[in-house]
Amino acid sequence: MLEVKNLTKIYEGNIKALDDVSFTVEPGEFLAVIGLSGSGKSTLLRCINRLVEPTDGQIIWDGVDITAANQSEIRLIRRRIGMVFQHFNLVNRSSVITNVLAGRLGYVNPALSIFNRFPEEDVQAALRQLDRVGIKDQAYKRADELSGGQQQRVGIARAMIQEPDMILADEPVASLDPVLAHTIMQYLEKINREDGVMVLCSLHFLDLVHRYADRAIALNEGVLMFDGPPEAIDDEKFKEIYGKEAERVG
Amino acid sequence: MKKERSLIKSILIGLAIALAIIVYAYGFKVTDVNFEETSSEIRLTQLTRIIRALAHPDLITYEQKEVVVETPVYLPCPEGEVNIPEPDTTSPYIKLEPYCGDGGDYIIVRGYNLVPGTKGPINFIPPSGTTLQIGNFETDANGKFEERVKLPKRQPVSEAQTIRVIARSNVGTPSPSNIVIATIDKIIETIFLALLATTFGIFIAVPMSFLAARNLMSDIKSPLTSVTLLVMGWLIGISFALITTRYIAQFSNHYFDTILYQLGGLIICVLAIWLILRWTISKEETSISSVMKAVRTIAMLFAVLLVILTMYLSARILYEGGQFLMGILGPLDFLGLFIAQSGEMLRIATPVLASLAAGAILGGIFSNFGLLIADRYSNRTVKLINIILSMITGAALFALIGALIQWLYLIDNLIETFWIPVAVGAFLGALIAIKNSANDLVPIGIVIYSIMRTILNAIRAIEPLIYVIIFVVWVGIGPFAGALALTLHTIAALAKLFSEQVESISSGPLEAVTATGATRVQTIVYAVVPQIIPPYISFTLYRWDINVRMSTIIGFAGGGGIGFLLIQNIKLLDYRAAAVQILAIAIVVASMDYLSSALRKRFV
Repeated sequence: MLEVKNLTKIYEGNIKALDDVSFTVEPGEFLAVIGLSGSGKSTLLRCINRLVEPTDGQIIWDGVDITAANQSEIRLIRRRIGMVFQHFNLVNRSSVITNVLAGRLGYVNPALSIFNRFPEEDVQAALRQLDRVGIKDQAYKRADELSGGQQQRVGIARAMIQEPDMILADEPVASLDPVLAHTIMQYLEKINREDGVMVLCSLHFLDLVHRYADRAIALNEGVLMFDGPPEAIDDEKFKEIYGKEAERVG
Repeated sequence: MKKERSLIKSILIGLAIALAIIVYAYGFKVTDVNFEETSSEIRLTQLTRIIRALAHPDLITYEQKEVVVETPVYLPCPEGEVNIPEPDTTSPYIKLEPYCGDGGDYIIVRGYNLVPGTKGPINFIPPSGTTLQIGNFETDANGKFEERVKLPKRQPVSEAQTIRVIARSNVGTPSPSNIVIATIDKIIETIFLALLATTFGIFIAVPMSFLAARNLMSDIKSPLTSVTLLVMGWLIGISFALITTRYIAQFSNHYFDTILYQLGGLIICVLAIWLILRWTISKEETSISSVMKAVRTIAMLFAVLLVILTMYLSARILYEGGQFLMGILGPLDFLGLFIAQSGEMLRIATPVLASLAAGAILGGIFSNFGLLIADRYSNRTVKLINIILSMITGAALFALIGALIQWLYLIDNLIETFWIPVAVGAFLGALIAIKNSANDLVPIGIVIYSIMRTILNAIRAIEPLIYVIIFVVWVGIGPFAGALALTLHTIAALAKLFSEQVESISSGPLEAVTATGATRVQTIVYAVVPQIIPPYISFTLYRWDINVRMSTIIGFAGGGGIGFLLIQNIKLLDYRAAAVQILAIAIVVASMDYLSSALRKRFV
């Protein structure tokens, strides 16, 4: 279980990105995080694996206080958290399989990994993960030779090879067309249903939230506005989350 | 209101123009601008002479054929008839008018049947056989010449003396002059000098560039406890390594004195290191007992000592092997020299590498220990520990500065060069520790970044031509001094260019790899290195190009290469020879420019 308690993040220049946010996520739950651009969704996800240092508050995962972990402890926590990004964040000049194997860096011997040596079982696991997202035949291509949808699949394979207990997906489909968006979301759904991995996914489109998420939370200027099942977001709630001028699309 | 403002604006513009005129006027004064000088007649003739000489590079020589023609001459005129044999008019001959005279008299020398267009000296040969040149001649289209020469003032001699004319003409095919051969020799030296400086430079510039990249360093923050212990770990590690390497060097020199022992020792060392590493580095981090951990740590330490010994042994073997090869390889003896000098390089580098490694390891262990302390104890305890550690660290650092001052200025006063720095350091350390609260994070990354940038900028500010002066004192006049000077400058320049490339990489992959739980080194290897390889190659080639250009003048200060010849010829006023070197520089720099841009296009 993931408990976020009174999480606050204030960036330099007194910019409040998160304001006293509290919620919990049950194991195996698919949680959607919604809100306008700049509402603090990315900051929230990045606080959970401490890519962003929270200013105040606690994040407790299965009894471990992530916010209190030191440098080496946070690495052990991070390797159990897979992350998927809006812009895929692949290393363009490296091969697809190297990008996937990067997901094993938290596990392998640091000295050997510097020379790009991975245990054979990791290489096999990488190929299996690529097979699972349907791009095994692209394994030895350079990452930037792939299309956007394929690149995001590499991103998912990289997250999955970590054998994570949680996946943080930061607008994973915002740079993809609607058809691809569904394919990628289906992979995340499969991981969530089949492997029981907790997924925290920030999304823009409400129909995706309705279709895939068990529960949704909504942020507006860093404040938690909504926490409940996606069906409960009616027009009134919608205007509260997105502002009075907003129109529903999609 | 509006008018007033525009009035003020015009006054300001007027003032700015006036100021600009004053600035440029003063500039003219201090740079001695003097356009009258440019049209001075004497200077123009000199300029023309030099430009013409430069336009005639001394590139080719011919084999020369000499025709020697002689005739007797009397000095002074003898009494009675002067008996001159009639010359053979079918072959080259000369005639004098008259055939005798007093010293200082003018006579006319005429030559016939010589090769048209040849030149040469007119010499006077007294009975002693020495040669006195009294004039020059050049034959006309018919092979004739006529010159008026002055007889030398010599002791009167009754017998006949000789006037000898040497007509020199070019024959055969042209061949490169000696100057061209020397220039080619030196321009090759120049290119290799630049190559070595660039190569050595990269090795140091690459790691430095990571430390000088803001995006990699800015988020490195640590509690004060950890930072002070890190500094102390480095200091202790370095001094420990320096002492240890000295002992190991003595040990290896003493016990491994023949090549057989050295080779045997090397093999045993490498085997032992391999076994220890295989035993200590397990693939998976499983829980092991603390006794086992300690044993492993000791084994690792032993392996480190063995590594140092291995390096010394390899250095010795390389050196002696190289010396041996130099003796038997003949024309390829430079390969032997290369091996021997690589051995020397390894020997010199061993203490440096060992210090870096020991500093890094001990610094790492100490700073982890510091993290543990900061984590475990209450804020008040940590603050107290911080004050003590910070005072010790400050004192140690300032003691080093004191030692530097003593070395530079020879003050020889222990109070001034040791106790005062120690006191100041301890005071500053305490100040920092008191100001920071116990769990404040010190931005150590930015501190290292700033120090690194300052050092790089300082090194870069001074031209290699000035560094040469120092290195010439250290390693003697020659290309090696030039290579070292260029290396130093290359390190600073490349490290800055490289670090700017690191700063401009896309941060996404960095974030993604960090999120997998990778260590900082792994993140650099997997997310940074692939992104910077093309620009690094491109900048390295560009720097080689610059180094070739720099090395053409590094010889001006004794740094070897083509500049050495060039400055010599300029000082000897031999502009035709200098022109050859200038031509060579132009050719090499232009082709390097072309080559490096062609190569860069392939990599980017």
